[in-house]
Amino acid sequence: MFGYYVELGLRSLRRNPLLTALMVMAIGFGVAASMITWSVFRAVSGNPIPEKSSQLFTALIDSRGPNNNKGEPPLALNYTDATALIKAHKAEHQTLLYNVSLSVLPADSDSLPFTAAGYATNTDFFSMFDAPFQYGSGWSASDDERHAAVVVISHELNEQLFGGADSVGRDVTLGMHTYRVVGVTAHWDPKPRFYDLFDGNEFGEPVQMYVPFTRAIDLQIDTAGNNNCGSLMDYGNGREAWLRGECVWIPVWVELQTAADVARYRDFLTAYADEQQRAGRFHWAPNVRLRDVANWLDYEHVVPSESRISLMVSLGFFAICLINTIGLLLAKFMRRAPEIGVRRALGAPRRQIYGQFLIEAATVGLAGGLLGLLLTAVGMLGVGLLFEADIARLAHLDLSLVATTLLVAIFATVLAAFYPAWRAAQVQPAWQLKSN
Amino acid sequence: MQIQPILAALKRHKAGTILIALQIALTLAIVCNALFIIKQRVTHLSRATGIDEQNIISVRNQWVGKPPSQQVSGLTATDLTALRQIPGVVDVYSTNSYPLRQGGWSEGLDYKPNQDHSTAHTAIYFSDEHTLGTLGLKLVEGRNFRADEIGRMDIRDKLGPPTIIVTRELAHKLYPDGSALGKVLYLNENPTTIVGVVDRLEVPWVDNWASQWAEQSTLVPVRLAMSIGGFYLIRTQPGQVDSVAKQVSKTLYGVNRMRVIDPKDGVQSFSQVRAKAYARDRGMAILMGVVCVVLLAITAAGIVGLTSFWVGQRRKQIGVRRALGATHHDILSYFLTENLLISLGGVIIGALLAIGMNMWMVSQFEMARLSPTYVLAGVVVLLLLGQAAVLAPALRASRVPPVEATRSV
Repeated sequence: MFGYYVELGLRSLRRNPLLTALMVMAIGFGVAASMITWSVFRAVSGNPIPEKSSQLFTALIDSRGPNNNKGEPPLALNYTDATALIKAHKAEHQTLLYNVSLSVLPADSDSLPFTAAGYATNTDFFSMFDAPFQYGSGWSASDDERHAAVVVISHELNEQLFGGADSVGRDVTLGMHTYRVVGVTAHWDPKPRFYDLFDGNEFGEPVQMYVPFTRAIDLQIDTAGNNNCGSLMDYGNGREAWLRGECVWIPVWVELQTAADVARYRDFLTAYADEQQRAGRFHWAPNVRLRDVANWLDYEHVVPSESRISLMVSLGFFAICLINTIGLLLAKFMRRAPEIGVRRALGAPRRQIYGQFLIEAATVGLAGGLLGLLLTAVGMLGVGLLFEADIARLAHLDLSLVATTLLVAIFATVLAAFYPAWRAAQVQPAWQLKSN
Repeated sequence: MQIQPILAALKRHKAGTILIALQIALTLAIVCNALFIIKQRVTHLSRATGIDEQNIISVRNQWVGKPPSQQVSGLTATDLTALRQIPGVVDVYSTNSYPLRQGGWSEGLDYKPNQDHSTAHTAIYFSDEHTLGTLGLKLVEGRNFRADEIGRMDIRDKLGPPTIIVTRELAHKLYPDGSALGKVLYLNENPTTIVGVVDRLEVPWVDNWASQWAEQSTLVPVRLAMSIGGFYLIRTQPGQVDSVAKQVSKTLYGVNRMRVIDPKDGVQSFSQVRAKAYARDRGMAILMGVVCVVLLAITAAGIVGLTSFWVGQRRKQIGVRRALGATHHDILSYFLTENLLISLGGVIIGALLAIGMNMWMVSQFEMARLSPTYVLAGVVVLLLLGQAAVLAPALRASRVPPVEATRSV
């Protein structure tokens, strides 16, 4: 019967082409709008590091006092606190980082120099954030201690500089200084880039290189990211005063496995702030935060409100399209009341009528889904018009989106068809036959 | 026109009636809010920066290596001289930021040193005597910077210029009852004198955090020696932006190759800067516009579809009415009135939904309150849309001949 009903459904679609076209278009537009905005939303709201997101915490210490930032600590640490936390080594792994932008001199003197963006960080960065390596590995703790001139470059930068060959052990000139390559990451670009929300880099271009923090400080490489000195801070004069002062510019992350570890680390942070208060540096009670990845993404409002609003409006739009479909299906089905009467009179149970009309609705849904898919694909080309370039770049049509589009279209249409199909099944055979 | 019989007939089509009313209600709720969002976004993205946007080019120059700051000043001066020689260039200066750049330097201005809370937030633009001319800023009071008062500082030095030029908005915020000219303020605990007031100049940020002080900008007579590089702003003769932009990279690389000017966005006309800064707003306005149009079309199509079905169902009854003496016009107005009644029900619910939806968005996304004008306009649009959609099926109904009454099926 299933095959026969599908055939009947298709025949019925051809019978009122206008009504069919209306329904297919409503479902197509509705599902396409929802899928386009959904693809952007899922890209910006995804968990960038699902296996570890509840074990990674950013550590924040109030170095400004309760008058600033509504009682919340600043969103990164200053040099003094950041390096103190790393030195204390109270977590299993801990890392600190800041954004750097360095010029790269290509080997052949004919090409123009270009800039590579990356981070000054430490050895733990790579293991904490699960950076995958194509060649070599991250640098060691002793490289950090020796302030070694080493660098980890990205797969893409390796392609550009060495044509993709294993470049471990070779030299790269960054900002007129020579670094030895110790590792090449595989393509790695977690989005949102949770570890550097402070610089607003959550959807930035992929990172190209990483150098040791200690080395970068020695070379006085300035941050290419944010530097927040608060509005009332006396930040001194010159680089050394700035470095020792209260300007914040360094995100710090720690890896803590269990709840007990978290509690212990929080105690340590509180004790550290307490010590600073006793030393006369802070004139307020300890105020510290440990925020895990999800909490941090949420606190920093990483998902743009535009993305939320457009998803919501699209879903509302889809709902209206479905209500529209219910009305049109009702009209379509009830127009065939005499036909239903005949079938019922010949002995078809209500269940069969249900089946027939739900299958017919599913064919409408499938057609709508296919149109929706086409519109989604076209919409993906125009997504750059609707969202900022770096967010639009993240949205793409993949297999799961194709499957979701079709399934949602069919499922929603069948759902919308329940009421019209029920009405159709209620048709009284005797009444229909008599009035004819 | 009697309403009673229409209501009685609608009772026999509860499902269809409710579906159309619901669709109109939801459409109204979404269209009102979408139009409101469009209006807000368009207002935001068409804010004037106060500079002569048509004729301005921004160049981002990054030095290779890390030239010491003393050297940076010389390198920058050489670049500026070379840029001035490009045909079509009116003036040039170097700076840390400009309006719509989305990144820059902000400070607090105080009446007294050691104030607890700053009197006014302000964006800091590092400037020289060419800044006003290059940007095309209108001086409304006081004077421009003199060449001999332009200082120099490193990026990590403490900012403390002896003189500043502020925007009219900032001057008003600081001194609501009188001229700000000649007044002494404190910037980073250093006294500074306001020597000029310009009409208008936006801060570099367009997002929420600066929205309360979007026009409070300060020009400081200081050249910032940034080892990583900075920005050159170029003003061209009218209509020469494109031809000058093409020569900028070549000219600068000709002066000195040890620099990076990104081939993709190192040199941008100000219209490109504007497009990028407001990409979010523009995208939102486009999306909401498309949603509105498609939504109205689908709702209209739905009304046509369902009314056509009703007309088909009632051919016999219409025939009877015609046979009993009803005119074309009577039948036509029957269907128009029927739709008006359903639509009225829909727009009443829809207006409430629209306001509810807006209140929810206000609480979630820091949006403004929906003005009643939008709801009213939406109501009128949807009522008209309903009447227009129902017109074709209603006309068809009015042409049903009286003889239909005698036919079966």
